[in-house]
Amino acid sequence: MQEKTKSHSFIFPKTPTGVDGLDEITDGGFPKGRPTLICGGAGCGKTLLSMQFLIKGITEYDEPGVFMSFEEPSDDLTLNVKSLGFDLEQLKKDKKLVVDHVRVERSEIEEAGEYDLDGLFIRLGHAIDSIKATRVVLDTIESLFAGLDNQAILRAELRRLFHWLKTKGVTAVITGERGEATLTRQGLEEYVSDCVIVLDHRVIEQVSTRRLRIVKYRGSTHGTNEYPFLIDEDGISVLPITSLKLDNEVSSDIISTGVPGLNEMFHGGGFYRGSNILVSGTAGTAKTTVACYFANEQCEKNEKTIYFAFEESPHQLVRNMKSIGIDLEKHIKKGILQIHSSRPSLNGLELHLLTLRKLIKEFEPTTIIIDPISNLISVGSEHEVRSMLVRLIDMLKANNITAMFTSLNKQTDSFRPDLAEESVSSLVDTWITVRDMEGVGERNRGIFIIKARGMGHSNQVREFVITSKGIELLDVELGPQGILTGAARQSYQFKKTMSDIKLQNEISRKDREIERKRKVLEANIEALRNEFESAEEELSILKATEELQEKLSSKKK
Amino acid sequence: MEDSSDGTSTTKHKFKLFVSGMSVKSGHAIENIRKICDTYLTNNYELEIVDISRDKEQAVIHQIVAIPTLIKTHPEPKRIILGDLSDKEKVLYILNLSE
Repeated sequence: MQEKTKSHSFIFPKTPTGVDGLDEITDGGFPKGRPTLICGGAGCGKTLLSMQFLIKGITEYDEPGVFMSFEEPSDDLTLNVKSLGFDLEQLKKDKKLVVDHVRVERSEIEEAGEYDLDGLFIRLGHAIDSIKATRVVLDTIESLFAGLDNQAILRAELRRLFHWLKTKGVTAVITGERGEATLTRQGLEEYVSDCVIVLDHRVIEQVSTRRLRIVKYRGSTHGTNEYPFLIDEDGISVLPITSLKLDNEVSSDIISTGVPGLNEMFHGGGFYRGSNILVSGTAGTAKTTVACYFANEQCEKNEKTIYFAFEESPHQLVRNMKSIGIDLEKHIKKGILQIHSSRPSLNGLELHLLTLRKLIKEFEPTTIIIDPISNLISVGSEHEVRSMLVRLIDMLKANNITAMFTSLNKQTDSFRPDLAEESVSSLVDTWITVRDMEGVGERNRGIFIIKARGMGHSNQVREFVITSKGIELLDVELGPQGILTGAARQSYQFKKTMSDIKLQNEISRKDREIERKRKVLEANIEALRNEFESAEEELSILKATEELQEKLSSKKK
Repeated sequence: MEDSSDGTSTTKHKFKLFVSGMSVKSGHAIENIRKICDTYLTNNYELEIVDISRDKEQAVIHQIVAIPTLIKTHPEPKRIILGDLSDKEKVLYILNLSE
C-alpha cells in the first residue's frame, strides 16, 4: 500500500464511505487513518451518515468498526437503523461491530481534583483492539461538555484523543452539533481539521431538502458545492449536482417513434437511441398519447420501459390507452413495462430524482417516459428544477437511456415555447410540439418538430386525428394560403373534388367537340378530294382533246 | 458494627476506585481516599481498587470515562466523584462525612 502510494502518480489514501455519491464528491472517501468531522444541526442525519459509514465498511469493505455513542443507548441505535435494513445485532455477533454507549450524567457526577479521560481512551482502545477495527465513530463527543465541568481538561483531552486516534491509524468520524458562529458548538473543528463536512437541513416553500458540503479536505481535491442528499429506506444517498464531464458515448441507432407518419418527418426515420425527447403542448393535445405510442413501440421491440406518470394512475392510463387501441397491459404482464404513478408534491424534487435513479438501477430500462415533466416544476423553483433535470438527463445519457418527457405549457398565441419549457429546451435533443389549431368553430391538433439534434426534419405542421384506431397523421394539404386543417381541409377537399368533376365534364365535352370537328373536317376533306378529282378529270379530258387536235393538224401539213 | 461509637459510620461504606496503571493522578487518588477513609471511617469501609488498564471490561460496565473515578456504592445514594480527590473538603461534603 505504502509503495503504491509513493509511486509517481500519488493517490491520497482514502477510506471509501460506501455512501452513494459521497465517494464521488470526496474523490474516494474520507482521509484514511485520520479523523473527519461531520457537523450539522439537529435532525440532519449526522448519526445516520456515520452509522452508514461503519456498516458499509463492514458489509462492503470488510473493515470492522467501533461506534461510540455519547447520546443514544445501543438498543435505541439498533432500533433506529433497523428500519434502514441494517442489523446491528448480527454484526455485533459476528465480531465486526462494537457499539459502546458512553453515559455521562451530570447530576450523578461530582468533580474533586485533577482527572483525565483515560477511561474513554481505554474503552475505545479496548473496543478497537477486540475486533481489529479500522473505522471509528464518535457520536457526538460534544456531549461530554455537557456532562463534565472542567472545560480546560476536556479540551486538552480531546486534542489528545484525536492525536491518539491518528496514531492508532483508524479512520475516525466525529460528529458535532452545529454552533451559532462556529461549525460546532465547542469548536471541534480546531482539533479535527483534516476533513470537515457540514450537513444542513433547509425548508424552502414547504419542501425540505438536506444538503451536504465539504468545507475542507486536506491533501485532496473535492467537490465544493452544496450537494443535496436524501434519507430513504436504504440510508443516505448524495447526488452530485452534475457530473463533471460531458463525454458519454452516443449511439447512431435509430428507433421508431411508434407514430405512423411521424417517423417520416425525421429524415433519419425516428429518434436516436439514448437521446432525450421533449413533447410539449397545451392541455389536451395528446402528449400522453404520443408518449404511450412511443412506450408501446419500445415494448413491442422488447425494450424495457419505465413510465412515470405524475397525472394518472397506472390503471387509468392503461384504460385510456385501450380506448385508442393501445394495449399496455400485456407489456406490463410480460414485465417489460413498468408504470409508476405518484403525485409530484409527494416528495421534494430530490427524492423524485432518487426514486428515478433507484428504479433505473434496479430495472435497467432502455427507455423511460416522464409524463409530464412540467408537473415537477410546481414542486421546486425554476432553478432547482433545472438543476434536477440536468442531473436527470446526465444520468440518463450516461446509461444510454432514451427518454421522452412531456411538458404541459400554457396556451400562447405564438408557436414559441413559454418559460417552463425553456428550462428544459436547451437540454433535450429532440423537441416535438403538439398544438391546438383553432379555426372556424373547431379545434384541430397539429404536430411539428422544433428541433432534432443531428437529424434533418420536416418543417411542416402536420395535422393528426385520434380515432379509436389511434393516432393518424393526415397528409399535407397545401391550399392557396398554406397548409389546411380540419374543416378547411374538408371544404378544400370538397371544392377540389367538385372542380375535378367539372374539369372532367369539360374535358369530355371538349373531346366530343373535337370528334365532331374531326367529322366535319373529314367531310370537308372528302368534298375537296371529290372536287380535286373532278378537276383532275377535266384536266385530263382537256389534255386528250389537245393531243388529238395536234395530231390532226400535223397530218394536215 | 452497630455499637460503633461514630454516628456517621454506622453502616459500612463501600468504595470502588477506578485507576489506570501507574499514572500520577491514580497514585494521588489512592493515597487521598485511603487517608480520608482511615481518618473518618476507621476500619469500617471496603475499598476496591480497579485498574481498568488491566480489567478493561470493568470500564464499560461502570461507565467510566474519566480517571481516576471514585464510586461510592454503599450506602445509598450512589455517588460518583471524578478527580484525584485532592479537594478534601469537597470529597467529605459529597460523601456526607464530617470530622
